[in-house]
Amino acid sequence: MSLTRQDVEKIAHLARLSITEQEMPVYVTSLSSIVDFVDELSRTDTSGVQPMAHPLDGQHQRLRADEVTESDSREKYQRNAPAVAAGLYVVPRVIE
Amino acid sequence: MLHNLFIGELAERLAKRQISSVELTRHFLSRIERLNPALNAFITLTAERALLDAAAADARLGSGERGPLLGIPLIHKDIFCTDGVKTSCGSRMLDNFVSPYDATVVARLKGAGTVMLGKSNMDEFAMGSSNETSYYGPVKNPWDISKVPGGSSGGSAAATAARLTPVATGTDTGGSIRQPAALTGVTGLKPTYGRVSRFGMIAFASSLDQAGVFARSASDAAAVLQAMAGFDPRDSTSVDVPVPDYSKDLGKPLKGLKIGLLREFFDGLETRNAALIEDALNIYTGLGAETREVSLPHLPLSVPTYYVVAPAECSSNLSRFDGVRFGHRCEEPKDLLDLYKRSRGEGFGAEVKRRIMTGTYVLSAGYFDAYYLKAQKARRMITDDFRAAFEKVDLVIGPTTPTPAFGIGAKMNDPVLMYLNDIYTIGANLAGLPGVSVPCGFVEGLPMGLQLIGPHFAEAKLLNAAHQYQQATDWHKHAPRGYE
Repeated sequence: MSLTRQDVEKIAHLARLSITEQEMPVYVTSLSSIVDFVDELSRTDTSGVQPMAHPLDGQHQRLRADEVTESDSREKYQRNAPAVAAGLYVVPRVIE
Repeated sequence: MLHNLFIGELAERLAKRQISSVELTRHFLSRIERLNPALNAFITLTAERALLDAAAADARLGSGERGPLLGIPLIHKDIFCTDGVKTSCGSRMLDNFVSPYDATVVARLKGAGTVMLGKSNMDEFAMGSSNETSYYGPVKNPWDISKVPGGSSGGSAAATAARLTPVATGTDTGGSIRQPAALTGVTGLKPTYGRVSRFGMIAFASSLDQAGVFARSASDAAAVLQAMAGFDPRDSTSVDVPVPDYSKDLGKPLKGLKIGLLREFFDGLETRNAALIEDALNIYTGLGAETREVSLPHLPLSVPTYYVVAPAECSSNLSRFDGVRFGHRCEEPKDLLDLYKRSRGEGFGAEVKRRIMTGTYVLSAGYFDAYYLKAQKARRMITDDFRAAFEKVDLVIGPTTPTPAFGIGAKMNDPVLMYLNDIYTIGANLAGLPGVSVPCGFVEGLPMGLQLIGPHFAEAKLLNAAHQYQQATDWHKHAPRGYE
């Protein structure tokens, strides 16, 4: 096993995912096998190769003029929210 | 029968007012009602709305308007946002999500006069190669319902193969159009990265995702791509390159076309599958194309590279699902952290959580250089291999998948085995290249796909080569038994 239960618990916390007791051993095994599998990359000589972030070389993120192009659709968008009040999204108390 | 006609033929009958769009829409809706329960290809049916849209298309036809897609029914993969219609992405997370706007792809196809019959089933958040990770249950392959249809666009593929729709949209991040097209015996086109707008297409891996088409012929795919393609200021990765006429060159002879045979694609390929590809090559030689071997020496790295890059991007993209603004929220969260963790833990299925965690791991402190940066370097090596190949040949060719459709449940307990199924399709995504899969024969009664990959923006050439092959063969005309 390349990953321990503690590793997976830490990853799950970083990813903000609750993992049940029953699920945990399955993830320890399967994430370990995935990490072992992608480890093949570590045996590849990539010295001098520039990392590639965009599949089309020479493409850049565009900038547009700073003009208002969208109208306010808050009410429409908030119809999908689990809890709203007075046009605001409601979450558990964060600051005491 | 209407459902066996290609959209060119349907458009002609609509134009001559021999049939109405409402009649055509009713025909497909009744097939869906009768045949879909065994396939589970849909998440949402939009029958009422379809009949209204069809009536509107008939009115446009009645006023003399004509168009290759005017009045043609289609289905959209449930990854595309559709205004006022549930858009689930195959996930419990979005089971309650009604999109407040249309994806650009949806809006453009609507503008062209298409009639949406429904939203197709898919692997959850497009993460899967078998359509078994859907919250709404697996899709069955119409050629054999004990087999998977492939994924992630499994519903679009199965519905097109079963003649429940003339055409369908899909998305392809690592093969999610080409692989299910191959396994269900239809034509599937993944355009160049940036060719089709991704605005309103729920993101999985942003440097790889691209929208495309399922159809029963290359010529039909060309007509649909025509309406989808083009620059969209709302998508920052959309490319401002003119859109050619994709139908114009379909009939062009292939004399002198240089086709590269991908040597690596034949390593370990079963004899019967390899024989089908050999047959296809002979057809191409007969059509005047020249074939020669080309090599992509770093291609074997494509699967591990993909399974670092894609999960990394997915872990970032899916952080937007926080249980606050939309999507699933857990009951009675005790604090904000609990709300995030349980909403996400409950809302996402097993494979999505696995990919988010893989991505979180490879991006985390201490591992970024070893995995993510390394994978980005390997990605360039693979891309450079393709570039070198396209200096020698116009297109490259090989199988779409290593095997025909596998059994439902066969690979679900071994993610790495499942991932290896994408070995022939992932390279095109890493390099941003367009690819098409066309039916090229059968192994034990199950369809196999022939894959053509071209340089950036070579969709017209790919469609020309696919169309010429379909003029010389009739594999694309075979229908699964019970769906003729």
